[in-house]
Amino acid sequence: MSDMQKTIEIEVLRYHPEKDKEPHRQVFEVPFTDDMSVLQGVQYIKDYLDGSLSFRWSCRMAICGSCGMMINGIPNLSCQTFLRDYYPARVRVEALAHFPIERDLVINMEGFIEKLESIQPYIIPKEERTLAQGEYLQTPEQLNAYEQFSSCINCLLCYAACPQFGLNSSFIGPAATALLHRYNVDSRDGGKAERMELINSEEGVFNCTAVGYCSEVCPKHVDPANAVNQNKTNSAADYFLRFLAPKGGAK
Amino acid sequence: MEIYKADVVIVGGGGAGLRAAIAVAEADPLLRIALVSKVYPMRSHTVAAEGGSAGVKQASDSLEYHFNDTVHGGDWLCEQDVVEYFVAHCTEELTQLEHWGCPWSRTPDGHVNVRAFGGMKIERTWFAADKTGFHMLHTLFQTSIKYPSIKRFDEHFCVDLIVEDGRVQGVVAIEIASGEFTLVEARSVVIATGGAGRVFRENTNGGVVTGDGMALAYRHGVPLRDMEFVQYHPTCMPGTGLLFTEACRGEGGFLVNKDGYRYLQDYGLGPAEPTPRNKAMELGPRDRLSQAFWYEQQKGRTIEGPHGSVVHLDLRHLGEKKLRERLPQIYELAEQFMGVDPAHAPIPVRPAVHYTMGGILVDGRCAAPLPGLFAAGECSSVGIHGANRLGSNSLSELLVFGKVAGVEAARHARAVAAGDSTRLLKQAQAVEQRVVGLKTKSGGSERIATLRKEMAQTMEDGCGIYRLAETMQTTCDKLDELKDRFRNVNLEDKSSVWNTEWLLAIELEYQLDVAQSMACSAINRRESRGAHQRLDGFEQRDDVNFLAHSQAHYVAGGPPRIDYGPVRITKSQPGTRAYGAAGEKAEQERKASNV
Repeated sequence: MSDMQKTIEIEVLRYHPEKDKEPHRQVFEVPFTDDMSVLQGVQYIKDYLDGSLSFRWSCRMAICGSCGMMINGIPNLSCQTFLRDYYPARVRVEALAHFPIERDLVINMEGFIEKLESIQPYIIPKEERTLAQGEYLQTPEQLNAYEQFSSCINCLLCYAACPQFGLNSSFIGPAATALLHRYNVDSRDGGKAERMELINSEEGVFNCTAVGYCSEVCPKHVDPANAVNQNKTNSAADYFLRFLAPKGGAK
Repeated sequence: MEIYKADVVIVGGGGAGLRAAIAVAEADPLLRIALVSKVYPMRSHTVAAEGGSAGVKQASDSLEYHFNDTVHGGDWLCEQDVVEYFVAHCTEELTQLEHWGCPWSRTPDGHVNVRAFGGMKIERTWFAADKTGFHMLHTLFQTSIKYPSIKRFDEHFCVDLIVEDGRVQGVVAIEIASGEFTLVEARSVVIATGGAGRVFRENTNGGVVTGDGMALAYRHGVPLRDMEFVQYHPTCMPGTGLLFTEACRGEGGFLVNKDGYRYLQDYGLGPAEPTPRNKAMELGPRDRLSQAFWYEQQKGRTIEGPHGSVVHLDLRHLGEKKLRERLPQIYELAEQFMGVDPAHAPIPVRPAVHYTMGGILVDGRCAAPLPGLFAAGECSSVGIHGANRLGSNSLSELLVFGKVAGVEAARHARAVAAGDSTRLLKQAQAVEQRVVGLKTKSGGSERIATLRKEMAQTMEDGCGIYRLAETMQTTCDKLDELKDRFRNVNLEDKSSVWNTEWLLAIELEYQLDVAQSMACSAINRRESRGAHQRLDGFEQRDDVNFLAHSQAHYVAGGPPRIDYGPVRITKSQPGTRAYGAAGEKAEQERKASNV
């Protein structure tokens, strides 16, 4: 029980649009145990100290993508970041950077959803196949070409890390580019030409200045910077090909 | 109040809800579909399913085998005609998902690979590493974007169904970001809100898994069927309950006690062999494995840890390369959350609540007794799981019955006329007034978290792996008390924007109703079957009196009324449920007696 008597301070960035003109900080003292995640600390605040604190969470195991926060200034999933790594110092949690704050730790992610919807994130079959014909054949190597980019949990840590997105929120950004790339390089897909029109646009990949911080913060090793840069190469090739072909290079 | 006129409204944006939405869109592109989900669809708890999804794939396998495994696994409390439909459509649906882009793991020649799973005679579990649910959910979500007739209401929290003229005609939802109410009118309503595992203390479930849709249907007179059957998954993280997939054992992992002994051989699951044999030892069904843990604990052969007794899930002999390839998420969970490198040390595990076998009573076409209402997935009881679900049947269920629910909801929407909007709005306004009242009332003194914690503890105490009348009665009484105290709940937050305290209160009220249906169904079942095991004189299965589905009927202000419905037996007569060598012997005897 002596373990339960240890406490840790969690400093939370609060903002309530119905009451506050601007965000402010509030410090809570939370019982500390060695195995507690930052999320569990924040949950303790809501359950026992201040029921009005708002944040998103669900799975607790780094797969639903809900609970991203700035933790001591670094974008992280709060469920897999542990208080022991900060104890006995105070931990600071804030809403993910570069997004509008709806309330407390809740950001508005509509813009991301629109980007995701815009890239045609579904198979546009290279060749039609009926269910009776069974599955498309795809070797482990072909799977390997896109699997990593299909592992994105849409947690948006990469957007919070991306300086370009911070400057220009219409930039398509790391996760959506990785997803676009995921479909483009899937052996079953034939929709690359349609998708490349978006990536070549003003808000496309050339906004990226290759900082690479997106890949560093990605909790799922998606490596969006790699996807962005592969698409820069694709885009550049497309750019020259468009002088030869009527519309886009890949058609 | 906002009003949206749809033809079909689907509540829940997980696997079943998304599959249903796509089915409606494909059945008739002119139907307007509203998909209402309290989280962005890709946050739904389907995302956390790990091991895989069952569908007959190999030449050595057959639909009959899958049928028998499922019915035996369910201890014969299955609707056998529905199981027959289910097994016949799994593979087609999994193939459909392949066509939609799901990154199924492959064999070297490019075919979809399958792995072994508990209680399954032949390897038939399709998998995408150990993130199968994640990939299925994202594939379905991303594919759903193709269909312009699907209008999503993301982060909209459903607070009631609108029932008028004896049929359901819409739902009322809160837009979480604003606190504003929306009435979604629709001629068909599909509930796909998932399970209710969060009513228990130690569970594998995400915070969203609070039985919302079950409670909504139940309060409108639809019975909840077989609610006493709650699955304990045998290999979970102590304390948090996070899941270590059955695929760990499908790939060859061992379960050992404090002496390093593979104890399952003492519980009718042997013989212990160095490589996994299907339907034996670590590949036995979940109910039997969780029960064996309980006995080991009684015998003092478990290991004491900071979060209770544990046994060891030993994966070391599989080697790091295979673990990284087949079980990458498990590897990271063990490393990051527990500081255990599973290639070099065993993982401490214990059982935790994982799955709600029962749910909203529906027929084989996903239709509830309330006209216009359909349900699919974990929230429903379509009848395939019986008293114990086999691992990897639930992901297939989402697809097969998500589609059926969508097709039937579309058919129903075309067959009936729209209702009287004025009357629907009047009802919706009354709902709004009631729900806002919960937030604005003053003078309460009970904390939500305190009530929730007491509920979860009493469910674990009374409705755990083994059950006694006395403790179940204590749980029933405690739930009465908690429902009473809920009326005195206090909300600190009276605001509108992102008021999650308000939503937690509404969820807690759903949970208390669902918990009560579980506890009351449990105490009334005076036998042992599948996941419902008693130690108070009812240790045996009793087919004479209890080869029957329990049905809990909502009673306002009191415990539910429990009655029983028949079980449809078509081709598998109830027999001895056995695994390991005993199971093989029983199967030979069954075959011999049929000849």
